[in-house]
Amino acid sequence: MEEIWNGLVKALQLIFTFDPEVMQVAWLSIRVAVTSVLIASIICLPLGSLIHFNNFRGKRVLISIIQTFYSVPTVTVGLFVFILFSNKGPLGGLDILFTPTVMVIGQVILVLPILTGLTITGLNGVDKTITDTARSLGASNWQTATAIIREARFAVTAAVILAFGRAISEVGLALMVGGNIRGFTRVLTTAISLETSKGDIELSLALGIILIFIALVVNIVMNRIQQRQ
Amino acid sequence: MKTGSVRKIFIVLVSLLMALGLVSLAAGCGRQESSAEQQGSYALHDPEVRFKIATTTSLYDTGLWYILEPLFEKYANVEMDIIYAGTGIALEYGRRGDVDAVIVHDKAAEDKFIDEGYGINRRNFGYNFFLIAGPESDPAGIKGSTAADAFKKIFEAGMKDPGSVKFVSRGDNSGTHSKEKLIWKSAGFNYEDIQGSGDWYVEAGKGMGPTLLMANEMGAYVLADISTFLSYNLKNPLNITTLVEQDAIFLNVYAAIAINPEKNSGAKIDIANKFINWLMSEEVQSVLATYGEAEYGRSLFNPIARGQEDGSANLPGFPPVEAYTVPVPEYTR
Repeated sequence: MEEIWNGLVKALQLIFTFDPEVMQVAWLSIRVAVTSVLIASIICLPLGSLIHFNNFRGKRVLISIIQTFYSVPTVTVGLFVFILFSNKGPLGGLDILFTPTVMVIGQVILVLPILTGLTITGLNGVDKTITDTARSLGASNWQTATAIIREARFAVTAAVILAFGRAISEVGLALMVGGNIRGFTRVLTTAISLETSKGDIELSLALGIILIFIALVVNIVMNRIQQRQ
Repeated sequence: MKTGSVRKIFIVLVSLLMALGLVSLAAGCGRQESSAEQQGSYALHDPEVRFKIATTTSLYDTGLWYILEPLFEKYANVEMDIIYAGTGIALEYGRRGDVDAVIVHDKAAEDKFIDEGYGINRRNFGYNFFLIAGPESDPAGIKGSTAADAFKKIFEAGMKDPGSVKFVSRGDNSGTHSKEKLIWKSAGFNYEDIQGSGDWYVEAGKGMGPTLLMANEMGAYVLADISTFLSYNLKNPLNITTLVEQDAIFLNVYAAIAINPEKNSGAKIDIANKFINWLMSEEVQSVLATYGEAEYGRSLFNPIARGQEDGSANLPGFPPVEAYTVPVPEYTR
């Protein structure tokens, strides 16, 4: 128990002394996770709505497949991206293995299924009743679409928050394709894993607490945005 | 019919959102660059030249690279990327050409790597020793035995009473794991027979630190390199203690190998050569000779040159003189 308390104290120390190394690691964690969730949102929100608003053969199967990939292990995505971008791999010529760029690519792939799937679920949840109500009230097409988005925004925000959570907390992928290089690709989770193997339990705990603190801030910001809409 | 146009409008709306997202992304990137400039202490030396190595975990866990990295970055004016990997995966990175040099400690695996043509210019630059640690009560009675006898006793006691006698193995194809296999062999066992023989043999599949922690929790025996054992013990006092050391088989030699540019055209052989020669230089050898003395009362690594003084050079398996005193020749394509 004492260790947990010490970890908490250490976390506060690191935050308020602006420890440069911890700040840099935390900042990279935020940057990588935010960038990948943003890119994934740009792909997934339209993709999800495309799938939702279209009826085609195999739609149910496609949705089932997407939902299956919710549980893909991060280290498996890591392995896949590693093979793809390794020097001998098909995209090896880009020479971006062990850089933050490839970590972003990996995390985009990691959160694609969650974001797409939950967008579909979100739209599903509101579509019918809202469309009918809007129509019966004499709404135009434009107004109906706006109404659907308005109602689906809670579900979609929740999806984005979940995707961010998965991105910033994963360690298998960041370790595998980022390489945990000090001052370059080290993020909070890989630093925790390293410090644990070095035996610095308190520092590991402190880094974990900082990660949760970041998640808290991001959640507050996201909720603010959602309420303002 | 009408849902069709709802769909279109919806897509237009989402495309607008997309555009907004892109703009904010671009703005975000710009801001990131300027703030990176402000953080002067983490500015890259020369981002054009990145030199990547994969290093064995024991050199990293003890903090040695935190000292060596800035020294070499300054010396060669490059940005050094150090990837933390056990010998098995480090050599795999080397085969794929994902790094420019590797630091490993597994003679047999290194030989194979070099024979296959992936590695060139191997030089040994440092060494230390392994040890067997275990609970103070020493249920298998190994204290003072040779390494091979100790393993034999652990096996016999473990088979008899797997509840109280356990051995935790790295089980991760690391250099330490290879050494463990070698000791089993020298004790007259077939490693495959050990693996499946019972609950007493625990394969952790983890790095040295977590494996020590596991052995500590289980009150088990474990093979560890002395540097990780000492540095871990200092941070988290362990209940397990050193029981067997000072056996010739415990010799643990660290080697640097450059990646052959003929196999991987992108490998930065000139920097790799410079790096290997630098590791053998007086500057680094003297860092190795004293690293850890202040904290542990003894240095964690021995510079290879010391082998002559302390007699380690006479141990079987100690690299021949030319394997560490002859500088790597300049590479010409």
